[in-house]
Amino acid sequence: MSSIVEIDNNENDSSKILKSDFVKGLKLGLPIALGYVPVSFTFGLLAVRGGMSVWLAVLISLTNFTSAGQFAGTNLIIAGAPIYEIGLATFIINIRYTLMSLSLSQKIDSKMPIFHKLLWGFGVTDETFSVASMEDGRISAKYLYGLIILPYLGWFTGTLLGALTCKALSPMLQNAMGIALYAMFIALVIPSCRKSIAAAFVCGIAVLISTGFKYVPFLSNISSGWVIIISAIAACTIGALVFPRKEDML
Amino acid sequence: MTRALIAIFVMAVVTYLPRIFPLALVQKDIKSNFIKSFLYYVPYAVLGAMTFPFILYSTGNMLSALVGMLVAIVLSFFNKGLMKVAMASIVAVYIVELIMKGQF
Repeated sequence: MSSIVEIDNNENDSSKILKSDFVKGLKLGLPIALGYVPVSFTFGLLAVRGGMSVWLAVLISLTNFTSAGQFAGTNLIIAGAPIYEIGLATFIINIRYTLMSLSLSQKIDSKMPIFHKLLWGFGVTDETFSVASMEDGRISAKYLYGLIILPYLGWFTGTLLGALTCKALSPMLQNAMGIALYAMFIALVIPSCRKSIAAAFVCGIAVLISTGFKYVPFLSNISSGWVIIISAIAACTIGALVFPRKEDML
Repeated sequence: MTRALIAIFVMAVVTYLPRIFPLALVQKDIKSNFIKSFLYYVPYAVLGAMTFPFILYSTGNMLSALVGMLVAIVLSFFNKGLMKVAMASIVAVYIVELIMKGQF
């Protein structure tokens, strides 16, 4: 299975394009969905272990559909933190989505009606964003719905199974599965870095900065949500200055 | 119970708003070449910053994570798909953890 299907520029029949867009999205969404199951499974398990009911854990996954934010928020709920603190922590972790959606706003069909954006916008995650933004050319609402639906179902199913499971998977297997989504990130970014020095450069700068945040004593207190935002903004600024895109490349 | 429901509702709102804010606000194509270049690079930067160094802490220990990461890098360099890379990486981590526990 190839990670990113090239857009077929020779398609002329527009209805055919739209239909195949949805199917194309579905195909790309499948590996994301499978990657989500162990993560959401862990979420369901931890939430119920922490004293939450099964249906509340599932409700969180259905309404939030995000990993880091809902893990943090749920921990705070279980710890009895005040609502404003729960909201603020979750918000900070999720600000990175603004950057992703802003990038996507320039990537989607320019005439897309706003209600579509408000609907599929709910399904912007680190993974769906990454896959969508690696496409060549503009992307349609159908493509995005196809891309999002399976990961959403995977997130729901994993949470439900985790919440209902009394015994955990063997801890070693859980550990091993922890790397799945990161491995997918690598599989998404490395092929692009091979093709484009500029992309590799920007990615490398971002890695350097986020590593700095982790290991420089004073900076290591900053939450991972902020680290991603600051690293990305700095790396993209440097990238846009050093390797500005030419008009016909954009 | 009510408190948890309110908290979940607040979480859902502060997760949804950052996602749709730019989509609802930026209706036109941006003209500035700098901003367009900036936004073009966002996925590469975000992927880099999200993956490293966090991947090193995603498994039981740093050694197994490091091996899993190297496996993922090598396979993606040869353009293996998402699934293959993820599966191979999981298996690599699992094997390293087995070896370290002396069960292999």
